[in-house]
Amino acid sequence: MKNTILQVERLQTEFTNDKKKVKVLHGVNFHIKKGEVLGLVGESGCGKSLTSLSIMRLFKGTTARISDGEILFQKNKEEEIDLTNIPEEEMRMLRGKQIAMIFQEPMTSLNPVMKIGEQLTEPICLHLGYGKKKARTHAINMLENVGIPRADEVINEYPHQLSGGMRQRVMIAMAMSCNPQLLIADEPTTALDVTIQAQILDLMRQLQQDQNMSMLLITHDLGVVAEMCDRVVVMYAGKVIEEASVLDLFESPKHPYTKGLIASVPKIGNLKEKLSSIKGRVPTPENMPEGCKFAPRCEEAMPICFQKEPATKAFKGNRHCSCWLYDDEMRDVSV
Amino acid sequence: MSNPILEVKGLRKSFQISNGMFRKQKFLNAVNGISFSVSEGKTFSIVGESGCGKSTTGRLISRLITPTEGEVWINGEEISRKKESELANVRKEVQMVFQDPYASLNPRMKVRDIIAEPLEIHTKLTKKEQNSLISEMMEIVGLSDYQAGLYAHEFSGGQRQRIGIARALIMKPKLIVADEPVSALDVSVQSQILNLLKELQKELKLTYLFISHDLSVVEHISDSIGVMYLGEIVESGSREMIFSEPQHPYTKALLSSVPIPDPKLKRDRIILKGDLPSPVNPPTGCKFHTRCPEAMDICKTVEPSLVYNKKMERMVSCHLQQETTDSNYIQI
Repeated sequence: MKNTILQVERLQTEFTNDKKKVKVLHGVNFHIKKGEVLGLVGESGCGKSLTSLSIMRLFKGTTARISDGEILFQKNKEEEIDLTNIPEEEMRMLRGKQIAMIFQEPMTSLNPVMKIGEQLTEPICLHLGYGKKKARTHAINMLENVGIPRADEVINEYPHQLSGGMRQRVMIAMAMSCNPQLLIADEPTTALDVTIQAQILDLMRQLQQDQNMSMLLITHDLGVVAEMCDRVVVMYAGKVIEEASVLDLFESPKHPYTKGLIASVPKIGNLKEKLSSIKGRVPTPENMPEGCKFAPRCEEAMPICFQKEPATKAFKGNRHCSCWLYDDEMRDVSV
Repeated sequence: MSNPILEVKGLRKSFQISNGMFRKQKFLNAVNGISFSVSEGKTFSIVGESGCGKSTTGRLISRLITPTEGEVWINGEEISRKKESELANVRKEVQMVFQDPYASLNPRMKVRDIIAEPLEIHTKLTKKEQNSLISEMMEIVGLSDYQAGLYAHEFSGGQRQRIGIARALIMKPKLIVADEPVSALDVSVQSQILNLLKELQKELKLTYLFISHDLSVVEHISDSIGVMYLGEIVESGSREMIFSEPQHPYTKALLSSVPIPDPKLKRDRIILKGDLPSPVNPPTGCKFHTRCPEAMDICKTVEPSLVYNKKMERMVSCHLQQETTDSNYIQI
């Protein structure tokens, strides 16, 4: 497993609501290889963001808690650590240094009353041990790397003086400043206009390739997935239901949910009188159906789907899918 | 061509953005002289990035705000100068559907009362008559009768948007102004609402003004399209023509920026440099020249006019067009 930077195993995260425990992640399994861009897709409410917050353990101020599972992170060549049970102090030193994160809304994730420069140099001083002056030079370099014009002036400005696209560039500069091994990007371009989205995606791809960094890209936009990712994990109702390389996933989706998602995207140059859609909605964590959680919305559901949950099966080409449709097609091993 | 339900001529809206006795007055031209018309039963879409004036256009047409200049004709009636007291009739014929189904429905009202509100204002129907109209409308948009007694928070985003559509349709309007109606929804739900809008249009002969930033959605729903940039329409024409052969460099760039869900597709993208300039202080000449990959010297000083390109069947405002195929242009 030397080639894997992050391995998430049976991850379960729950909230406590009025003393009642509500499980939101029901055993999430996936891994990210070194230098790979892994896409995490699904509708809102299926647990994508909670998965990323669980990896970073960003639970402060909520009742969320990891109740089971492992998150194995390859810290360096020799050492592999389990992020679910290291002390908070060690986790703090990891955040921003080895694992960095960018969020959807760049305005709410930057401090509005701190100058860009102060916010940028904070992690640099903390993690790299630079002095103020050196950190400032490094920060200006980083801003230039992400394509911000007049970087030496911007560093003295406040976030509200920048446009949405520029703020997201600052967030990226901040995330990249300590040269992380893994970047988690949670809907990084959703709040941006298409022309700005194209700029930011281009920048992220370039930085990722230059540094051979691993990336977990969380998005609901299948177009972004097709352009950015090497491999894709599809989540539904707190579980991974399909995993495949980006080419396989779009060419021959296996799970009916994946098929439905791909079919419901309107494609430019491919007009249809009627778009297909998935009926119903993602179940809430309090009202999870029995059996396969997608069964009530599934066009191909069989009686067994409403009774028992399907196991995850491995297929040729390093693919995984959990669906009863493929029960007799089982190739290698049941994972 | 049948009668235009909506005709807009030279529409302009400027907002004063600085107050105070001694400060210099500044104006923001949100919409800067746009013209188009939409025939009955058709969909005209306005696309553009945030800040291009597309939402302001929608609000001007439904007279939520008053234009600074220009005319808005709805079903043969000029409404831009009407007083609030004379607008009641217009309000019946033009209804809006908003982007955020969470913010546009009153959380303290039951669904029945939300849909009934236009009836309360515009008609003198009894409760019983109202209720039968409401259940009919709820069925049309795909909601069940029993849901009339629930509150908006008990519904999902897609269902809420259905409630918003039911409220807009209850007065049997001619024109629906839909401002980003599917942007807040997941793709699987987005397609349900788009299908619903298309079906309703066929059944009820509705005319849509569809405002969106999402080109793939726009292609799916429109008959014709206007591309806006900093308050102006830079290119407009039929859907087929705009999507198959975009002429304005901005339209080309917009189209090529849309991520396409096909990993095998390798294409040369046009990536625009920089951000949208501030509309308070727009660039001289062609407003797009600061970001245009094909800008020439003339673009910096002379503003191109929107002219009709007969060969390409559309209106374009770009110096590049005028220079190369001059003979095909008729200035309007």
